[in-house]
Order: sequence, then C-alpha cells, then structure tokens
Amino acid sequence: MKVYLDNSATTRCFDEVRTLMSEIMDKTYGNPSSMHMLGVEAEKYIKYAADTYAAILKVSPKEILFTSGGTESDNMALIGCVEANQRAGKHIITTKIEHPAVLEPCAYLEKRGYEITYLDVDSSGCVRPCDLLEALRDDTILVSVMYVNNEIGSLQPIEELGKLIKDRNKNTLFHVDAVQGFGKVKINPKREKIDLMSVSGHKIHGPKGVGILYINDKVKIHPLIYGGGQQRGLRSGTENVPAIAGMAKAAELLYKDQEASIDRLYGLKLHLINELCSLEGVSVNGLPGEARQRTEGIKETCSLQVSSDTVRRTAPHIVSASIEGIRAEVLLHALEDKGIYVSAGSACASNKPSVSKTLKAIGLRQDLLDSTIRFSMSVETTYEELDHTILVLKELLPSLRRFKRR
Amino acid sequence: MNYTSFLIKYAEIAIKGKNRYLFEDALVKQIKLALKRVEGDFSIKKTQGRVHIECLGEYDYDETVNELQTVFGITGICPVVHVEDEGFDKLAEDVLKYIDDEYPDKNHTFKVNCRRARKNYPMDSQEVNMEMGGRILDAYPEMKVDVHDPDIMLTIEIRDDKIYIYSRIIPGPGGMPVGTGGKALLLLSGGIDSPVAGYMIAKRGVKLDAVYFHAPPYTSERAKQKVVDLARYVSRYSGPINLHVINFTDIQLEIYEKCPHDELTIIMRRYMMRIAQDLALKSECLGLITGESLGQVASQTMQSLAATNEVCSMPVYRPLIGFDKNEIIAISNKIDTYETSILPYEDCCTIFVAKHPVTKPNINIIKRSETNLSETIDELYKRAIETDEVIVIS
Repeated sequence: MKVYLDNSATTRCFDEVRTLMSEIMDKTYGNPSSMHMLGVEAEKYIKYAADTYAAILKVSPKEILFTSGGTESDNMALIGCVEANQRAGKHIITTKIEHPAVLEPCAYLEKRGYEITYLDVDSSGCVRPCDLLEALRDDTILVSVMYVNNEIGSLQPIEELGKLIKDRNKNTLFHVDAVQGFGKVKINPKREKIDLMSVSGHKIHGPKGVGILYINDKVKIHPLIYGGGQQRGLRSGTENVPAIAGMAKAAELLYKDQEASIDRLYGLKLHLINELCSLEGVSVNGLPGEARQRTEGIKETCSLQVSSDTVRRTAPHIVSASIEGIRAEVLLHALEDKGIYVSAGSACASNKPSVSKTLKAIGLRQDLLDSTIRFSMSVETTYEELDHTILVLKELLPSLRRFKRR
Repeated sequence: MNYTSFLIKYAEIAIKGKNRYLFEDALVKQIKLALKRVEGDFSIKKTQGRVHIECLGEYDYDETVNELQTVFGITGICPVVHVEDEGFDKLAEDVLKYIDDEYPDKNHTFKVNCRRARKNYPMDSQEVNMEMGGRILDAYPEMKVDVHDPDIMLTIEIRDDKIYIYSRIIPGPGGMPVGTGGKALLLLSGGIDSPVAGYMIAKRGVKLDAVYFHAPPYTSERAKQKVVDLARYVSRYSGPINLHVINFTDIQLEIYEKCPHDELTIIMRRYMMRIAQDLALKSECLGLITGESLGQVASQTMQSLAATNEVCSMPVYRPLIGFDKNEIIAISNKIDTYETSILPYEDCCTIFVAKHPVTKPNINIIKRSETNLSETIDELYKRAIETDEVIVIS
C-alpha cells in the first residue's frame, strides 16, 4: 500500500488538471500576447484563471498576478513593496517561523539597510497579537505573516492581526504567505485586511512552477522581473498558460465542495493525532496551549484524547509529531521502505541537516528537534491510509528504538 | 591558434623493455576511450615510440586537452601546428608567426630543435637550427638562445608530407595506462578519501571495481546516489567500474546488539573487509583498496588497521596512508570529487559510531567479541552477499 503523507511538500496533480494542461499544450499553444486567434484563445485561459481566483478570494481579477510559484510571490511582495514604498519607512515586521521564501528576502533587505523585527510565537506556534502591537511603529511599512505554518500547521490569527495593523496605520501593508493555507482554511483578503497574498499551484493539486500573488489594487509595488511588459508590466515574461490554467482548474475542483472537504480533513487529523498520542513516546506539536501540555507528558498520554475544538484551531492537514529516541531521518526511510512517505522537519530545507527554526521557536525539547516528522494530508487521504500508517509505526518504533545512537 | 595534432609524451612506458608494446597499446586504447567523450574525429597513430593524435576537422581544443589529461600514462601533451613545405623562407615566416601567437611576451630563452625525418630536405638539422635561430633573433631581439636549459624548446619536425612545429608541453596525469596492472576492488564510502584512493591506484594502471555498504533505513537513497556519482568521477580516469552495493544493515545491527559498543566500528570494518575480499575473489580482483590514512580517525590507528587487516589474506592497498587531510583534499579537488564528497548524507560508518571508540584495539579481544555473533553471523553474512546489486559505472 502506497501512502503519500507529504502533501505540504507537494501534491499529486488532479487528473482533470493534467488533461486540461496537455490539451492546452497540444492545441492552444499560442502566445497570449499574439494578435491572432491562437493568441486570443490562450489569453482566454489566463482570463479564466484570474476570474477563478478572483471569485474564490472575492477580489477583482486585476488584483491577481501570476508568478512562478510561492517563492517568487513572497519575494515580490517583500522586495517589490519595500522598493515602491521606501519613503514611508524602513521597518518591516515578520515572524520567526516564516518560510525561507520570506526570511531570506528579509535577510537581503536587512543588508540593504532595512530594519526587521522577528516576532516570537507561543508554544503552539502562534503569533501573539499583543507582540505585534508592541512591534508596530510609525515607520513600519510592511508586516508579513504566514497563514499556516508549513512545519507544524499552526493557524495564525490573520483577521485579528490585519485589524490591528490597519487600526494603527492604514498605510502599513500586510502580506500573508498563504501557500499552506489556501484551500485549507477560509480566506477573504478584503475582510482580513490583507494587501498581498502568496499562493502556490503545486500545493493544491496543480502543477509546479506556477503561483499567484494577490495584490490589492491600492498597493504600490515594483516588479522583480522586467521585459516585454506582460501582466501590466508587473511581471514580464510570456505567461505559463498551461500551468496557469491548470492551477485554476485545481482551485475550481478544490472549492467545489470546500467546506465538506475541510470538515473531512479535520476528522482525519483528529483521528491521526489521537492514534499517534496513543503510541508510547510520541507527542504532537502545534496544538493550542492546553492540549499540547497534555500530549507532552509522553509516557502517560495513552488515555488522553484531543478534542475536535482544539484541532479546529489549527490547519486541517498538517500533523507534526515528535518521536522520542528515534532520529527523524531514520524513521522517514524506514517508513519509505513500507511505502509511506512523510517528511522530516520541513521538506524545503531538509537537504541540509539544519535545525528547524519553527521547532526551536515553539520551544521544543532539545532532544526532540531531530526526532520530529511531519504528516501532511490532502483531500485524497483516507482513514484506511492513516490506520495503515499507525499500524506500521506500531511495528517499527520498538525495533528502531533498540538501535539508537549511544 | 589552430593546432592540427597532438604529440603524446610518456615516460615510464618507454623503459618497460619487451613489454613496451603492451603498455603502448593500452595507452592508445585509453586515449581512444577518452576522446570518445569529445566532439570531433581523431586518428591515433603509434609511430617510432611516440603516439600521435591527428585532429580530423573541427574539434574543441580545451575539451580535448581536458580529456587527454584523464589518461594515465601520458606525461605531456604537445599541441602541434602543421605547415606545408614551401621552402625555408616560408617556413621561417610560419615559425615567427607561431612564436608570436604562442608567446606574446617574448622575454624567453629558446633553442631550436630540428628533427629531420625526410632525409632529402635540402638543409640538414644543424643548418636548420642555426639559420632558424638567427631569423628568430633578428625578428624578436628580446629573445635569447640557451642551448642547455631553454624556456622554449622549439621543435621543427620535417616529415614526408608536412612540417610540424611545437614547443609547449601541457602536463599529463602521469602514471601507467589503465589495464596494464590487473584489477582491484575499492571500498567506496562516500567520504573524501576513498575516491582519491581509487584514483591513485588506477593511476598505476589498475582497473577498478568498487563496493559500497548501504544501510537502509539508516542511510538514504541519496547517500547511495552520492556514491554512484563519486564512482562516475573516478571512472573518468579509471574506465568503467562495476559498483557492488551490499545491504549491510542486518550485520551492523547484530554487531550493535551483541558486541561492546566501543568496538563496533572495528568489528564492522572487519566484516566489510571480509565481504569485500569475497567479492574481489569472485570478480578476479587481486587486491583491495581503502582510503585509510594513518591516525586520521580511531579506526585508522596502527592497532586498528592491524585489527581490520587481520581478516584479509589478499593485499590491501592504502595509497593515502601517509597523506595529511589537506593533501587528500587537494587531489579530491583536482579530480572533482570534493564537492560531492562533502554532501551531508550519513554513511554506514557514522550512524552508530560510539562517542569514544577504541583506538588501540587488541586483536584477541576483538576476536573474542566476535564470538558473540557466532550463532547468527554466517546466515546474515550469506544474506548480505546475496543482496549484491551491481551498478555498471561508465
């Protein structure tokens, strides 16, 4: 049985997405900027994609920019905005648990003379609004906070943060990295006072190499890529028509029955957490305060159950679990051998054996930093797959613990 | 400059007496293999104790030289310019142009060295040397003659069809052509040392096979891929390598459970050597090669080497034994393996390593510890050998 539980790294492309893309590559291969019919046909797909995302996010199609993915969207939001608004100030606020696609542009801007405040998070991985309030200054030009943390699935109080920022200074821009959040939680940028928002195609069963950046109409922003002036000059380069259309198709399918599928995911997550907590020496990270303390007891966890309400305060698809006495990489390969795919820490950084910033920021015990794996689900995940995973874990953990590094 | 051929110099081969042709044939074969990787047509000829590579048509000079520099046995590569015989004046003109192109800075000493293969050329070698020397001095007054130790040894070779002009010698890798010295089995770990050790022994004319001990799930698929990549770099010099991948996990875990932890690495290495020797015997290898360097780590002290060596009856070649780490790294950089070697994947030598492994193991104590394995090890050993997966690297 093959069980894919690494959906936060990337997802399987939906069949309909693949079909549509191959059709476009085969028949509608025109350049959307060309004046002839093939160009016009291709342009229709771009329009369809912009309309689809605009409808889902309840924004205007002209506020949707297509990029090469989450990383480019994050880079453009940060660097593009800061460059266009540098006269308003030189202060940026973000968090310690952002994805490198946000942290690295911040480091770059820091070198160019900007001042960055990195907010702490609580033990469940959430930003405390009071911390943000304290950090906001008159010269704060941008606040960037992720919707859902990619490593532990903590859900940030985005609406509350948005209100806080705008009450303090309506000119301070609010960027949200929603790469892990889009499709998994209800997002309404206008209501949540989000000015810029990044989304990636391949995390929602679309293709790799495509993403969007929602840019509120009123935001001043500079392009990162210059050239033929496509997309109103904000992002030059011939549009990746098949990928853009594919990403729209993926969102369309995902949102057809979104509420039911989110409910189902929460059910799966609750089930997985409770099964994991019943295993000896296993604890789950990123749960709101009280629940976390209960699972932290590790040895005497067996009878304790996490409630549905608790789980609903986190993202529905990510479960981060620490397994005492086993190195994450070894467990990952042992699971892989049984056809179960998970990731150790955060997959985007897992080629380098560096300690996860997020796990450190939530104050995870030193000996568990290297013993934490992530299960991430999608709409295609089943109860059967999770039960199988638990069964395999029950079998593997005792034997792997026998051979730990002394 | 447009070079039309390369003259290949080799040193040690020339002293091999009656076996000389075997070495030369092997050299020609290796050159052919190397030049297959280059775009262009070449004709390789063995004449009068020299190997000559003619470039037929367009070719990429840098690429060609790079590839020739991977052929062991070559000590020097001379790029040659061909000119037609249209009288001495024209030849002098060509030579002056050659010098100008090749040495924009004229501040050198030189000597003209004429070789006259075509005996009916109107001037003899000595006359050509003197006359040409004079013309060069007239044209480039900064240049000076030094017949004993010239910076530039300008050779003018008068042949039946053409005249060859050459002077520059690009150093080759030296050594002996691969295939002249039997075959050995390299223990390849994924670290910095073992690929260098393989390179060094291949340099002495030895063909290579290799073995890698894989320990899933403790070592990853990427660690295995890394070893395949390293073998590929080494094979540029050594020719094709049969890489044996052995699943070592069960033996390793058994040692972990049954033997004193501080002896784990030594006992593990003893089993690796036993398996390597078995594979070597089966594949007609005459020795084992390891990247060990004396005193580098606990398992490479004299005592530890004695303990690991004790299980082998075939010679174990340790070409890096007296090298410092920085010397090994320098070679590793030269053969392009360094960047790959330092990729941070665990290999089977590091996963269960003790904090304080024995540095002076006593062979008798180690043997006694190994008796703890006696019930199970034969079966595990047999099964490990059965996991042998051969990847052909070329």
